[in-house]
Amino acid sequence: MATSATPAALPLTRRSRLSRLGIGWRRHRISYLLALPYIIFMAIFGIGPALYALLMSFSKWSMGTPQYFAAGLDNYKLAYGDARFFQVFGNLLEFLIVSVPLGIGLVVLLALLLDMRPGRFSSALRLLYFIPGAVTGPALVLLVICILDPGISPFGPIFNFLGATNFDALVFPGSLPFVFTIMGFFSGAGMWIAIQHGGLQGMSREVLEAAELDGCNAWQKALYIKLPFMRPYIVYQTILIFALNVQLFVEPQLLTSTWVQANVPPQWAPNQLAYSYAFDVGNFGAAAALSLLMLGIGLAGAYVLIRWTGFFKLGGQS
Amino acid sequence: MTGQKATNNRARSRMSLRRYLGELGIVGYVIRLAILLVFAIYFVVPLVWLLFATTRDPSNLYSNWFPLTFGSLDRLATSWNNIIAYQNGEMLLWMGNSIRYTGLSLLGSLAICIPAGYILAIGHFPGRRVLLWLTLITMLLPVSAMVLPLFLELNLAHLIDTQWAVILPAMFFPFGVYLTYVYYGSSLPGELVDAARVDGCSELRVFWNLALPLGRPLLGLLAFISFNANWNNFFGPYVMLNNDKVYNMPVGLNSVVAATSALRPGFNPTPGATSFVQADAAMAALFMIVPVVIVFIFSMRYVTKGAFTGGVKG
Repeated sequence: MATSATPAALPLTRRSRLSRLGIGWRRHRISYLLALPYIIFMAIFGIGPALYALLMSFSKWSMGTPQYFAAGLDNYKLAYGDARFFQVFGNLLEFLIVSVPLGIGLVVLLALLLDMRPGRFSSALRLLYFIPGAVTGPALVLLVICILDPGISPFGPIFNFLGATNFDALVFPGSLPFVFTIMGFFSGAGMWIAIQHGGLQGMSREVLEAAELDGCNAWQKALYIKLPFMRPYIVYQTILIFALNVQLFVEPQLLTSTWVQANVPPQWAPNQLAYSYAFDVGNFGAAAALSLLMLGIGLAGAYVLIRWTGFFKLGGQS
Repeated sequence: MTGQKATNNRARSRMSLRRYLGELGIVGYVIRLAILLVFAIYFVVPLVWLLFATTRDPSNLYSNWFPLTFGSLDRLATSWNNIIAYQNGEMLLWMGNSIRYTGLSLLGSLAICIPAGYILAIGHFPGRRVLLWLTLITMLLPVSAMVLPLFLELNLAHLIDTQWAVILPAMFFPFGVYLTYVYYGSSLPGELVDAARVDGCSELRVFWNLALPLGRPLLGLLAFISFNANWNNFFGPYVMLNNDKVYNMPVGLNSVVAATSALRPGFNPTPGATSFVQADAAMAALFMIVPVVIVFIFSMRYVTKGAFTGGVKG
């Protein structure tokens, strides 16, 4: 191919490519300007620390000072060879299988039901659904512990009817994926319903009116018009729920803390195991190695979704 | 245009019951209502219980056959006073800190993420896809991996134990960038942007005079997500702040929980931490919840009022 090119042709292509880049830079100057602050913050608080974590995973510590690359793959071998390794990732898998489809399905259902008849009633319900979103972290675990104690729970009569008379009958290793799903849905669903609602507001009225003229009823409008419109938001939610749930930490950590003494293993989720490596044992390398595997799982999930749905082809690129 | 929008909204919200019933069918109407109300119970009853818990002594919590009962106003006053008086008003100090941290993080994060998300949605510049992937990767980074590098970084800049150790990392808000990207990508009419460009608008003017005003629902959404995330920010401040004078509310509450003798293990040997059901703890939780509710109400007004209705007329 190159043999047919005249000697003069090469510099010319290079020059034109350079000038194209130059024009490109000038043409896209504003684009980069708008993205610049974000890029800077991303470098300092996102990519930079992440690269350092990657470096740590190959390092070992002696007397508190890191020796970079001294560990080779030792940290990975240690973390991935741990007896708890398969246990925590198995737990995580169970939790994801329960929480992701359930969370997204119910949020979409509720958002669509609320949108069927906009008005005071729907707005009030949307607010009610959202208020638990204010309860997160320690406060959430505290509240859920009370709610799951049949002795004092407002749902106590229901629990008693079902045969669960104490806390341990409701919270045990096998029930944890469901317990964390219920916790997460309680505090997170309202926000997602609001986001889906915000998304639906961006829908053009003309399309809905046209559908009404064509004789669509409320269910058909929800199923055939609103649901397809919500797709990018649903994908967004799926990616984020998946990402957040992979990082499950505060809930199991607080359940196992000494003041709750729930009947659950001390390291239930991968993030807890990583945390334990870092702060109980002081092995930051092994913690980083485990965290990178979690990142890998999150990315693989996101990649499949993005490929499958063409999520990056939104808007300008379509 | 605003007038027309208002009438649109009003017309939509006043859809007549008869027409609505006709559209849904009686069975559909009942099913919809039943689902919505069941979930309302699920979301609200625990909170009502929490509200009442501020008025109930531990003995009252157990002895009552009906779990949603009011205790006494005395107990409520005691809870309130206990929280206010905790360590010479430290709770109020933390509240002030939380408001300041949250406010600054919110403003900073929105100023950074809206332009970035917008240009990712409508721009065609080299590196766009890379930036989208990096955004995704940074969203997925596990906290346990990030905490130590961030701590070392902030330590290097002598920012540990200052408000900036909380605010600066919080201004990096990839979730917001993604939401902005999704919003403009799916809802901003391309014709509108092109029309503005043809009319000689510079890219900056398109953003400032067209995209921003049309992004009111987005602004409302982002504001409350960012507020919520920052108000409840626990893990970062927990590691970055050691001086209790600079704590935010979640970290402060955590220290209260750890320090209160009634909440120690052994005080109440039964599992399930029922000793935790303290009117004081419930009151402290309310301190966290009420501001979020207020912000939600205001931001949702934004979300429902602005929409792309009438943006492009045929």
